[in-house]
Amino acid sequence: MNLPHHKFGDTRPAGETGVWLTSMGLAIGLFMVLALLALIVANGLSVFWPKPVLELHLKPGSASVLRDQTVIGGIVTRTRDRMVPLAEGKAVEREWHLQVGNKDVYGQGFRYVAINDALKTEYPADAMVVERMEYGHAVGRPLSLALPDGRTVAAGDAGFSPALHDALRGVRALRGELRQVEKKAIGRINHAMTQLRLNPDKLASPDGRAEQAELQKRYDVLAADALRIRGELEKGSLSIALFTGEQRAIPLGQIVHFHFPNRMTTPEKVGFFLHGLKGFVADDPREANTEGGIFPAIFGTFVMTLLMSIAVMPFGILAAIYLREYAKQGWFTRSVRISVNNLAGVPSIVFGVFGLGFFVYFTGGTIDQLFFSKSLPTPTFGTGGIIWAALTLALMTVPVVIVSTEEALAAVPRGTREGSLALGASKWQTIYRVVLPAAAPGIMTGLVLAMARGAGEVAPLMLVGVVKLAPSLPIDDLFPFIHLDRKFMHLGFHIYDLGFQSPDSDAARPMVFATTLFLIALVVLLNLGAIVIRERLRRKYATGAF
Amino acid sequence: MTSTLEAPPAEDIVIDVRDISFFYGANKALHHLHMRIPRRQCTAFIGPSGCGKSTFLRCINRMNDLIDGARMEGSLLLDGMELNSPHVDVIALRRRVGMVFQKSNPFPKSIYENVIYGLRIAGVNNRSVLDETVERCLRKAALWEEVKDRLHSSALQLSGGQMQRLCIARSIAVNPEVILMDEPCSALDPRATSRVEDLIAELRQEFTIVIVTHNMQQAARVSDWTAFFYEGKLIEFGATQQLFTKPASQQTQDYITGRFG
Repeated sequence: MNLPHHKFGDTRPAGETGVWLTSMGLAIGLFMVLALLALIVANGLSVFWPKPVLELHLKPGSASVLRDQTVIGGIVTRTRDRMVPLAEGKAVEREWHLQVGNKDVYGQGFRYVAINDALKTEYPADAMVVERMEYGHAVGRPLSLALPDGRTVAAGDAGFSPALHDALRGVRALRGELRQVEKKAIGRINHAMTQLRLNPDKLASPDGRAEQAELQKRYDVLAADALRIRGELEKGSLSIALFTGEQRAIPLGQIVHFHFPNRMTTPEKVGFFLHGLKGFVADDPREANTEGGIFPAIFGTFVMTLLMSIAVMPFGILAAIYLREYAKQGWFTRSVRISVNNLAGVPSIVFGVFGLGFFVYFTGGTIDQLFFSKSLPTPTFGTGGIIWAALTLALMTVPVVIVSTEEALAAVPRGTREGSLALGASKWQTIYRVVLPAAAPGIMTGLVLAMARGAGEVAPLMLVGVVKLAPSLPIDDLFPFIHLDRKFMHLGFHIYDLGFQSPDSDAARPMVFATTLFLIALVVLLNLGAIVIRERLRRKYATGAF
Repeated sequence: MTSTLEAPPAEDIVIDVRDISFFYGANKALHHLHMRIPRRQCTAFIGPSGCGKSTFLRCINRMNDLIDGARMEGSLLLDGMELNSPHVDVIALRRRVGMVFQKSNPFPKSIYENVIYGLRIAGVNNRSVLDETVERCLRKAALWEEVKDRLHSSALQLSGGQMQRLCIARSIAVNPEVILMDEPCSALDPRATSRVEDLIAELRQEFTIVIVTHNMQQAARVSDWTAFFYEGKLIEFGATQQLFTKPASQQTQDYITGRFG
């Protein structure tokens, strides 16, 4: 028999084409993942980097003039090419997407400007960007500052920026105070009043009436206080001149933050970047979610994923133990196993519909009738809530946990089990004391996979409790602290909402990327947590075999 | 066919095997064994692979129960108590009959927890009892000096020979009457093997030891009695000295002289 000879001197090892093929597969996969991450990180982080303000002098008669003014200013967010129909054929026109701000004056915060229409462009050093509570950014040149105590500081003064900073510090303190009064104190009274109203017997008694009057009195005091603080916030204003010439006075109470992007040094820009990042993580959203932060969404996603993990772990592990250790292996267990695997492939929206029908309407409705009948017809648990969302996702991810737990259990060597049984351990003792600890790292892998799938899921949540803007967090300082019935915000839904439901898509676009970045970061963080636990377990048992 | 064996030792008998047959499904693995195993001595089972010696060993602590479709017939008495009965409490039985496996199988726990595993599952939690047991058993297993400073580190970091001695320490911690050893040295190097053999020589003062081995020199070295199995039948059973020097059966003669198997 003649086998083809490997020629002497041929340095190519046999099977090299296989190496190439497989490594290509890996390279393409890695490239796609890295490209995805790079795009999201770059787009997400650039949102917080201060961009310069451009002042443009336009050709008279240009289509880009704003309020008949040829001088306009704004922040260039990107460029695009546009096909312009000509008498003969077409021409490509390059345009800037300009964030002109001042939505209250111009009616829109963004517009396209043909680059060819610009006669002169410059970056004025005194250009100022003011982030406001409403109407987005104000962009212009500062004129003067009227402080709450009546003093006035001109923009040219050396003390202008420090005075404005000081004034804003006062505003922030007032705003904090207002939140304390309106959200916390008045919220607590409202809670107590609702409780009282749900108890008609008590309300009819003299005690109840006295309590109600007392609550009302306390409410009146707080409401007066809130009114006073709001009055304080009205005092003082910042006057700016827009590039188009108008002058506006912005009440200090409206200002969140200000900066002069064109004269910032690099360390200042880094500081601004970090400050913006921090605000994004820690603040509540404003203006239909297009401004402010995403804290409630981060928190909601985190709590929901945690609840889901708590729910999915015991079910998945117990089911897998029975299936692997106790059930008689036969056609029935085989078909159960196949069904479980197929369950993992069911579209998630199906779980959402099931969650709505079973958890929300049936289970929640029954709970309401049994325990919260007083507040009916307003549902307590009979409407979407974080607990139903967590349970729906737990149901969706339970196959992942079952499959990986079964694999981890199967990987525990037979000798280890026999060693335990030979010492007089019962089957359950063997499972509990030897098999489960040895399988724990593999089980944690299942949890990692389940969390990754659960945290990124949006479609079923829309049916069972996620909302665009939740008035309160699922965990707070009001008894019973963990409010499983509350609706919540979720990063995945937040992205959808910003991308498709936002009234101002230009303002929402950067927020989409930034929110995506944080969704990825949160999933990575949760997974890292689980991986750290798994490595601990592995090190504890000093085996890499599982 | 009943076994043609030497008159059973007229000493204190701990395991009395009367006409034991064993089936894996329809496959008969053991044929009508009779054997009487004496107390506090070492009995070795030798024979070629697949001759049923391990299967028989695992009958003694009912480890074969774990195999689907396995079935035992006949009578097996431990101190006069019938073991081949559905009413036997196998958990209690396995506390009386310990086992050391071919492949050392320490639990993924600390050395300390490995030794006291049998006590823990029996519900012993008294710290001083546990500490005392760990030291006593590790000393008996000739492992104490090597591990006394790292009792709470993982047992899986030990060497192969140390792991096997740990498994022996673990099995004696529950104070069994009988220790079954299924080729305990087959995965060990000669040095570790000799340590385990020394240990067996020590332990047989106190426990009844039944050892399965492929190594005839080892059987000759450590055992008082030897049984030769062939194709699921007990061919010969007698004092080790006699079986190796003047075997009664031609098959035994052929096997120990290396003519087959």
